[in-house]
Amino acid sequence: MSSVDPSLSIANPDPKDTDAIQKLGLALAGLGVLVLFLSWGGVGIPAAIGLPVALLGILIGTTIYSARLYLNQPEGIKNNGVYFKSLTNRGALGWVTGIVLTGFYIILYWFPEYIGFKASGNEGFVALFDPLSMFFKGQPASQWFLYGTLYTLCITSLGIKFLFKYRHNRYQFIRTLVVIASQLFLAYLIPEILAGLNYNDVTNTSGEYLGYFNTDLKNTWPLDYDFFYDWQLDAFQEPSYQPIGTLYLIVGIAMFLLVTPVITYYVGKRWYCSWVCGCGGLAETAGDPFRHLSSKKLGAWKLERWLIHSVMIFVFVMTAATIYGYFWNTGEVFGLNIYKNFQQPYGFLIGATFSGVIGVGFYPMLGNRVWCRFGCPMAGYMGIIQRFKSRFRITTNGGQCISCGNCSTYCEQGIDVRAYAQKGQNIVRASCVGCGVCSAVCPRGVLNLENGPEEGRIDLPAIIIGNESIKVAD
Amino acid sequence: MFLSVSSTTSAENQKFIICIIRLVMQHIVIIGNGISGITTARHIRKKSDHRITVISAETDHFYSRTALMYIYMGHMKYEHTKPYEDWFWTKNRIELKRAYVNKVDTGAKTLSFADGSSMVYDKLVIATGSKSNKFGWPGQDLKAVQGLYNYQDLESMEKYTKGISRAVIVGGGLVGIEMAEMLLSRNIPVTFLVRESSFWNNVLPEGESEMINRHIREHHVDLKLSTGLKEILSDDNGRARAVLTDQGEEIACQFVGLTAGVSPNIGFLEGSGIETNRGVLVDPYLETSIKDVFSAGDCAEFRETNGERKSLEQVWYTGRMMGEALAETICKKPTKYDPGHWFNSAKFFDIEYQTYGWVWPKPKDNENDFYWEHESGKICLRIRWNKETDQLLGVNNFGFRLRHHAFDKWFKDGRTVQYALEHLKDANFDPELFKKHEESIVAQFNAENGTNISVKKKSWQRILQLVSN
Repeated sequence: MSSVDPSLSIANPDPKDTDAIQKLGLALAGLGVLVLFLSWGGVGIPAAIGLPVALLGILIGTTIYSARLYLNQPEGIKNNGVYFKSLTNRGALGWVTGIVLTGFYIILYWFPEYIGFKASGNEGFVALFDPLSMFFKGQPASQWFLYGTLYTLCITSLGIKFLFKYRHNRYQFIRTLVVIASQLFLAYLIPEILAGLNYNDVTNTSGEYLGYFNTDLKNTWPLDYDFFYDWQLDAFQEPSYQPIGTLYLIVGIAMFLLVTPVITYYVGKRWYCSWVCGCGGLAETAGDPFRHLSSKKLGAWKLERWLIHSVMIFVFVMTAATIYGYFWNTGEVFGLNIYKNFQQPYGFLIGATFSGVIGVGFYPMLGNRVWCRFGCPMAGYMGIIQRFKSRFRITTNGGQCISCGNCSTYCEQGIDVRAYAQKGQNIVRASCVGCGVCSAVCPRGVLNLENGPEEGRIDLPAIIIGNESIKVAD
Repeated sequence: MFLSVSSTTSAENQKFIICIIRLVMQHIVIIGNGISGITTARHIRKKSDHRITVISAETDHFYSRTALMYIYMGHMKYEHTKPYEDWFWTKNRIELKRAYVNKVDTGAKTLSFADGSSMVYDKLVIATGSKSNKFGWPGQDLKAVQGLYNYQDLESMEKYTKGISRAVIVGGGLVGIEMAEMLLSRNIPVTFLVRESSFWNNVLPEGESEMINRHIREHHVDLKLSTGLKEILSDDNGRARAVLTDQGEEIACQFVGLTAGVSPNIGFLEGSGIETNRGVLVDPYLETSIKDVFSAGDCAEFRETNGERKSLEQVWYTGRMMGEALAETICKKPTKYDPGHWFNSAKFFDIEYQTYGWVWPKPKDNENDFYWEHESGKICLRIRWNKETDQLLGVNNFGFRLRHHAFDKWFKDGRTVQYALEHLKDANFDPELFKKHEESIVAQFNAENGTNISVKKKSWQRILQLVSN
C-alpha cells in the first residue's frame, strides 16, 4: 500500500487510553515505518537488518497495539470518537495521510526512480526489498514487488486489528480471515513462489525475457484489464511456463464467464468484493477507519451509476479492440491504433489514476471504496447480476428500524441503507459489497445479509408491520 | 397538481375549479417535527394535496431523536441523523417553519408564535413530544443538571461535560443507560443511581435485569441500586458540584443527568380549551376534545386504553404508527389507531434487546415462564405463554436477534409455545455464520417442561409466508 505510518490509522489521540504495552506496540510499528522512510530518504540501512525490522515491526507492533486496545474493552461496536479524530474526520492528519498516499501512488506509477527503482541496480526504498525478492525468485526487487509486499503487510496487520475490533461478530471475523488469506496466499505468496519456480517472469540463460502473466487467481478480468493484452496472452502460452500458464488462462476465462455469475447469483457480489478481492481487501482492513466518509447523497448515487457503467463499457470496448488486434494482428481497429487509443488511455486514466491514485490515495477524503463504488468494472458487472438476478439481499426486520442512521453512515458504498430500512423494505442494490457492517452497527437488530428465494426479495410493503390501523386493501 | 386547468376551459369553469381546489386543499398544520409529526406529514402528502406546514422550535429539519447519543459519542454527526436530505421537504411540498408556538386559539383556528406572528390552520396536529421529568428535587434547576430528550439537551450536555471528572445519572431506564454509555465514551467516570433494586426491573424480569446490571458494571459504571436522589448541591456559580443520595452519601460530580422518564410537552396548550390530563386527551381516532385538532406521539394520552397498552405511549414506533393512522383519518376516512402486537427494542451498551408481545416483570397468574441464558451471560431468551392454552404471549431476547415478522404472524395465528420453539430457526435473525442457540434453548425447555419438542430446520418457504402478510 504505502509508506505512510499505518499506525496513524489506529492511533488513539486520547493518551489516557494508551498503556505501556500499547505504547510498546506503537513504538515497534513506528520503528518499522521509520526504517521505511529512512531507506526512502537514502539512509544506508543494511537491507538484511532493515527489512525484517520494518516488516516484522509493523506486523507485530500493530498486533500488540490493537490486541491491547480492544481486548481491554468489552466486545462490541467501537466507533467512539470517529467524527472527532483528525485522521478519520477529514482533519489535518487525514489530509496529510491523503497527500502522502496520493504522492506515493504517483511516484509508484510514473516516477519509480524516486523510490530507488533503477535498472542499473536498486537504491534506497526499493533496494530495501532486494533480499526478500532474491529469496523468492533470485532477482532484485521491482517497485511492484515493494508495492505488493507493503500491500500484503497492510492487509495482514490492519486485518488483524480488524479481527480484534470485530471479535464479537463471527461474520466479520471469518470474512476478514478469508480477506487476509486471499491476499497473503493467492495474491502474494503463490505468485512469488511460481516466479521462484521459474513458471513466470523468467529471463533465461541466454538473457531472453520470457514474459509475465498475472498469477493472482482472483484478480479477474475486467478488474484485471490487461488479461487479454498480447504480452499476457503470449506469456500464458510460453512453453516453459506450462502447464501453469495454460491453467491460469483457462481459469482466468472461467472466472469471469462462469464462476462470477454463478456465485454472484447465489450469494451476491460480496463473495468477491468483501471476501477475496485485493482492492476490497485493502478497503476492508486499512480502509476500515474511513468507511463512513463515503457520500450518501442522492447526487452521489446518480454519479456512481453513470461513472461505473461508463468505465465498464470502456473496458469492454478496449478489450474487444485488444482481442481483435491479437487475432488479426493488426494493431489497429477501424484505423485507430489499439495501444494509443484504447489501452494507453484506459491504463492511464482508469488502471492507474482512478483505481490507484484516487482509489486509495483519497481514502481519508472520500472513503475507502471510491474505486469499488464509482469505477471498478468487475463490481459493475457483478452489480448488474446482484440487482437483477441474485438470491442476495439485506433483509429488514419488520418495523424495528428507528431511523438512527448508523447503517447509512457506516456504509462504505454510500448506500442510504436507512432509506430502505425505515420503510420496512429489503435492501437490494447493485453497489452493495456485502461487508455486513450495516448489520453490525445497527443497534436494534434490523439488518441481516441473507441469501434466499428471489420471490418477494425487493417488495416494498404497503405498510410497515406492527400497525393494524391501515388495511392494505384500502 | 392533482387538477390541471386546461387552457381551453372557460373562465367561469376555471373559477369553479379553483373554488373546489380551495375546498379540497386544506391547510394542515403540525406542531412538532419528530417521528409522529413527520410521519403524519409524509403520509398526508402521499394521500392528498393539502397544504402542509410543520412547525418546530427545536431544529430546522427532522432528525432521529433516538440517535442523539451517537452524535455525542462521535459515531455520527447531526447531519447523519436526518433521515431525509434537506431538499426532500421542498420536493414534497412540506413547508417547514422554525418557530415556537405560544398559544393556540381553537376558535379562530389560529396559532400565535413567540415572535408575535401567527398562522391560520384548517386542521391542527399536536405532536410536540415530551420533556424530561423533574420531581421537585432540590437543586434540579442548577446548571449542569439536565435530562436528554432534544437537540438543545445534547448541546447543553456537550457544554457541561467538557473536562469534568465525574457525572451522576439519576434514573435507571433507557435514557439513563444511554447517557452512561455516552459519558463513558468521553472517558468520564459515571455513578448511576437507580431507585429500584435492579436495573429497569419495573419492565424487565429478574434474569434480564441482572444481566444488564452485570454488563453496566463490566463497563466500570459505579452502579448504585436501591439508591435515590435526595438533593443536588450547588457550587458558588450555581452549578452542580455534588449529589446527595437518599442513603446519605455525597458524591462529588460536575454533571447530573436526570433520566427518570419523560412527560408530555404540552404547556403551551394552557387556555386553548383543548382537554388535557397528563397529555393531550384523544379518542381512538387521535382527535382531541376540539374538532379538527388532533394529537399524536408521546404527547397524546388516550382516554381509553387499548388492551394492555398504556394511555401514554412514549415510544418511537408507536409515534410512527399514530402518524400513519392519523394521516389516513385526515385525508380519507376516520381511522382508529390500532397498533397490532406490541414490539420494542433497545441496546444496553453492547447488548441488544428486542421484545415481541407482552413480557411482564413477573408472569401473570395465567402465564407460564421460561428463561434461557447462554453461558457467556450476555445472551438470553425469555418466553411467556398461556398456562391453559399454551398460546405464545411474548418473548424477550437479549444478545441475539429475532425476526419481527415471525412473532407478529405467530401471535396473529394464535400459535403455541411449542410451535414457536419448533420453528425458532425461522425466527432467528442473527447474521450468517453466527453460532446458533436453538438446540440449547429447546433442550432446556424440554427438560423443564417435560416436552419433546425438536427444532425444525430453517425453511425459506415458511419465512416467505411470514413476510407476505
